[in-house]
Amino acid sequence: MSRRVVITGLGPVTSIGIGVDKFWSSILSGKSGISRVKGYDASRFDTQIAAEIHDFPVEKFVSKKEQKRMDRFCIFALAGAQLALEDAGMTSETYPKDRVGVIVGSGIGGIGSIETQHEILRSKGPERLNAFLIPMIIINMGSGLVAIRYGFKGPNTSVATACATGTHAIGDSFRIIQRGDADAMIAGGAEACITPLAMGGFCALHAMSRRNNEPERASRPFDKGRDGFVMGEGAGVVVLEEYEHAKNRGARIYAEVVGYGMTCDAHHITAPLDDGSGIAAAAEFAIRESNLSIEFFNYVNAHGTSTHFNDKFETVAIKKVFGDRAKKIMVSSTKSMTGHMIGAAGGVETIVCALSVSRNQVPPTTNYEEPDPDCDLDYVPNEAREAEVTAALNENLGFGGHNAVLALSKLK
Amino acid sequence: MSDTFQRIKEIVVEQLGVEEAQVTPEASFINDLGADSLDQANIVNALEEAFDVEIPDSDAEKIATVGQAVEFVDSHK
Repeated sequence: MSRRVVITGLGPVTSIGIGVDKFWSSILSGKSGISRVKGYDASRFDTQIAAEIHDFPVEKFVSKKEQKRMDRFCIFALAGAQLALEDAGMTSETYPKDRVGVIVGSGIGGIGSIETQHEILRSKGPERLNAFLIPMIIINMGSGLVAIRYGFKGPNTSVATACATGTHAIGDSFRIIQRGDADAMIAGGAEACITPLAMGGFCALHAMSRRNNEPERASRPFDKGRDGFVMGEGAGVVVLEEYEHAKNRGARIYAEVVGYGMTCDAHHITAPLDDGSGIAAAAEFAIRESNLSIEFFNYVNAHGTSTHFNDKFETVAIKKVFGDRAKKIMVSSTKSMTGHMIGAAGGVETIVCALSVSRNQVPPTTNYEEPDPDCDLDYVPNEAREAEVTAALNENLGFGGHNAVLALSKLK
Repeated sequence: MSDTFQRIKEIVVEQLGVEEAQVTPEASFINDLGADSLDQANIVNALEEAFDVEIPDSDAEKIATVGQAVEFVDSHK
């Protein structure tokens, strides 16, 4: 029998709260983190809103010197890891250092630094480029920096599967502990791409909401009036531990990771399959691995981006997985509040599932006003719900056709 | 204290996040101010830009302390 894996620490870094307490109270009250972009002049862009983290308390997480050497996404990765480790009551001494690993991925990496340095290349020439440019922009540096700070010498890699990154990172870390290559993993995703180039690129894809005059109402997954996603930023990092080790040290256990499924649509670079079969197959793999009856699953944290096609096809997929029971499943998209945090989304949404399972509280989908005939499930509209959550799925889909699903349950 | 020293002190404080008082002429970038080779490359870069001088790699390798940086700049600008 393979080793069991539990979640013992949570590190959310989001526009609606940093750390578990603030984050969860915002989620339950339906708070929006979306406002007009402040980080740069967005007036010439079709989309001028985002879920930016304003007044980020950077000094709590990295020194002045470190700030000079890191892109914002890596600062978020370190912040998420620090919060998750503190929440788990775990220090760099809790386990032998070679038994702890790290996978904190990113969808896009240090694009803000690429933009700043490219400007210097154009205006001042190659001699003036920052010696830290390359270590600042590479996606794997999130995992590298977390390991360097804490001395974790176990398995260390990175994931870059766009919007599915965080979920793949946690799923792959789950596998690493299951097969015995590590006893604990720091896992999740970090993203900081509310920058002119990245936002301009997503505008060019016509993927983002243009509801610029109503920022807080712009991310409206499954609502008939949805018109695209809203960019978010931050990190979602968790501490995973092998169950016996966690139990022996008296760790608080939020949830058990009981299954992980991944597939690829092999269809289109940005559009999901219209029959939902790719994400449905990933969900079925995760449920099968759990050895739990499908009746046990009653909450799905959907990818729910607030784009026309994602929400429609994801609804089809949930019906494919749950059949007649689909309408009884609570389905919510917390992107209605956090925005779409791209590579960090799966990390934050796994945190949501862990808290839902642990506390029997289900987050709402906010801004749900007008039902769409194509989206006819229980999206937990606008109000959080107290309900026993026996087992939950976290679903994420990424450009490239990547699908990742994690199954979480109360400790079996 | 020369103007050059004052300006270099500002650059070092900015690049390395150290206190002004730590930046003495005798201070070694690596041993006293916590720099690594990448920090040193950035400091040389900032000196070249601030003083409009060129510092070839062969000279950069010899600049180990703040005082040596001041000397180099004063003799080349």
